Amino acid sequence: MADGYARSTGKPGVCIATSGPGATNIVTGLAAAYMDSVPMVAITGQVATNVIGQDAFQEADTTGITRPVTKHNFLVKDVKDLARTIKEAFYIATTGRPGPVLVDIPIDVQRGICEFIYPEKIEIRSYKPTYEGHSGQIKKAVDIINNSERPVFYIGAGVIASNAEKEIIEISKKADIPVTNTLLAVGAYPPDTNLSLGMLGMHGTFCANKAVQAADVIIAVGARFDDRCTGKVCDFAKKAEIIHIDIDPTAISKVVDVDIPVVGDAKTVLKEMSATIEKKERKDWIKTIDGWKAEHPLSYDRNDDKLHPQYVIEKISELTKGEAIIATEVGQHQMWSAQYYKAKYPRLFLSSGGLGAMGFGYPAGIGAKFGNPDKEVIVIAGDGSFQMNMQEMAVAILNDIDVKVAILNNQYLGNVRQWQEMFYGKRYSHSCLAKRKKCPKWCNTPSRDKCPVYVPDFVKWAESYGALGIRVTDKKDVVPALKKMLEAKASIVLDIWVEIEENIFPMVPVGASLDDIITRMNG
Amino acid sequence: MRHTVSVLVENKFGVLARISTLFAARGFNIDSLSVSETEEPAISRMTIVVKGGAYILEQVTKQLNKLVDVIKVTDFKDTEYVERSLALIKINMTKSTQNELIKLIGIFRARIEDISQNSVTVEMTGNENKINAFVKTVMPYGIKETCRTSVVALGRGHTIKIKEKRNG
Repeated sequence: MADGYARSTGKPGVCIATSGPGATNIVTGLAAAYMDSVPMVAITGQVATNVIGQDAFQEADTTGITRPVTKHNFLVKDVKDLARTIKEAFYIATTGRPGPVLVDIPIDVQRGICEFIYPEKIEIRSYKPTYEGHSGQIKKAVDIINNSERPVFYIGAGVIASNAEKEIIEISKKADIPVTNTLLAVGAYPPDTNLSLGMLGMHGTFCANKAVQAADVIIAVGARFDDRCTGKVCDFAKKAEIIHIDIDPTAISKVVDVDIPVVGDAKTVLKEMSATIEKKERKDWIKTIDGWKAEHPLSYDRNDDKLHPQYVIEKISELTKGEAIIATEVGQHQMWSAQYYKAKYPRLFLSSGGLGAMGFGYPAGIGAKFGNPDKEVIVIAGDGSFQMNMQEMAVAILNDIDVKVAILNNQYLGNVRQWQEMFYGKRYSHSCLAKRKKCPKWCNTPSRDKCPVYVPDFVKWAESYGALGIRVTDKKDVVPALKKMLEAKASIVLDIWVEIEENIFPMVPVGASLDDIITRMNG
Repeated sequence: MRHTVSVLVENKFGVLARISTLFAARGFNIDSLSVSETEEPAISRMTIVVKGGAYILEQVTKQLNKLVDVIKVTDFKDTEYVERSLALIKINMTKSTQNELIKLIGIFRARIEDISQNSVTVEMTGNENKINAFVKTVMPYGIKETCRTSVVALGRGHTIKIKEKRNG
């Protein structure tokens, strides 16, 4: 929730957990926030200082457990240090490359009394993030861009964190530079404009992957060359010189050798660059890209009567005009959402990218609604991942938070099933969520009619919380149900029975080069 | 390649754990590590020896810098520096080998700390190569036990000021 609040508002999210099990339960959330550089402060309780280390009731070495999944953490042993530590925690979480910071507070410190002295300014001698880019590096980068014929912007979450979307739009338009985004940067660049390529990587668009591979310059901004983006690293953008703008020096040349690194804040650096980037038309390059766009646009069978999951997302996108906040879980529906939901602005698309934590979406959606009470918040979930954290509905109901949920129910852990189909000889092992003891051991012919009754019944489940549940099993009912969902000012769950064995395409298999993109099954 | 990296850190509890966690999580191997207080009690100096190519060293340096409690990281790759470690070595010694051994110990400028009926315990400081050479030389006499400290190092001449660092 704190994570969804932070991603959707840009302000640090805060979560509180009790000692021991409370603290260990937030580890996944911290790891997700750390991987995706989300500013967050987690406050955990701890046993009294005089019994730390004695295996006291509900004791856990919280700072030890969370050290690898936080930007920094603190154990406060004296109440006099508490105020300064809290201020430092927010300072560290929100500056430089943002990230989660944990403050562990023993019970005697919580109850302690001291004079409240809150420092106005924080100065940590060992922590000084760099915001200004090196002007020599910036000049080199600009020269390369000005002399390039086939440049591509590759933008990541750093662009959103530094609010640099305007600068990207300005430079890309001025110099005719097409833009591809990572999963976390969905919405950072206006979709469906002529310079927008969409997402790159494993389930990226054909044109984005082609453009990256053909580019002579890649301008990576606030992106970290994740393996889901690069495919086989040694074949990634082989023809390109790589410029990398990032606030975190460790991100540079970590995965891909960078020719021109610029360490600094994306917005500050891009502002400085834009003054000297020449206005230029790159007609041939844009024409080539338009060709790729036309050759393999994102597609599914739009004309049949089947209820394709992509259709649902396309309709959500249309009905909300791409202005609603979408929080996704992790899996096939997440990729379809990234492909088909046309988020108009940054901070509208919330998804666990780096960690890929199922169970992220629903609480993130609730957190986003807390932070944006006037915005529509829709959680797009899979039937598998929704079950990870659906108990959070209690929070939504008790706080009158009307978060809408569209479950794309395919009765499978769909992404796992897709891989089992494509790479493991269609041996559907432990991915079917309807399978019972009586089913044939190696069943790989699922059907709604013959399979055992699916559990849980999401409609009844929603109703048990006092929320509204609607089941949709027919394509023609999708739009009316979505309209009803958008009109409702209450928690509502749509259990949408989509095509069971739908696959996500395009796809670049693990370990393959972006050149080896598969656009369809058997083709 | 072997690198000696000097790291100035805040002298707080948990800092050593942060650094060892970092090495473990990133898959870097620590050859040796030493920690001690500096002339300023709030600051400790860690001397870390790592083996690896340019990529590993660059990542080690950057990742260390990224830790909030790390004040300064210096890699002695391109600078002149003094490096020392200390070893205690207990060697078999009989009447017949006594003269030879004492001569060798003298050549290596090691110090005898203890002699018993059939062994001699030697203290030796030096860089790793020198200690290795000594150990190799006395190996034929039979080594009973050894104990070595990790490396400590300081740059020659100039002082590395504890100044503001830049990081993300």
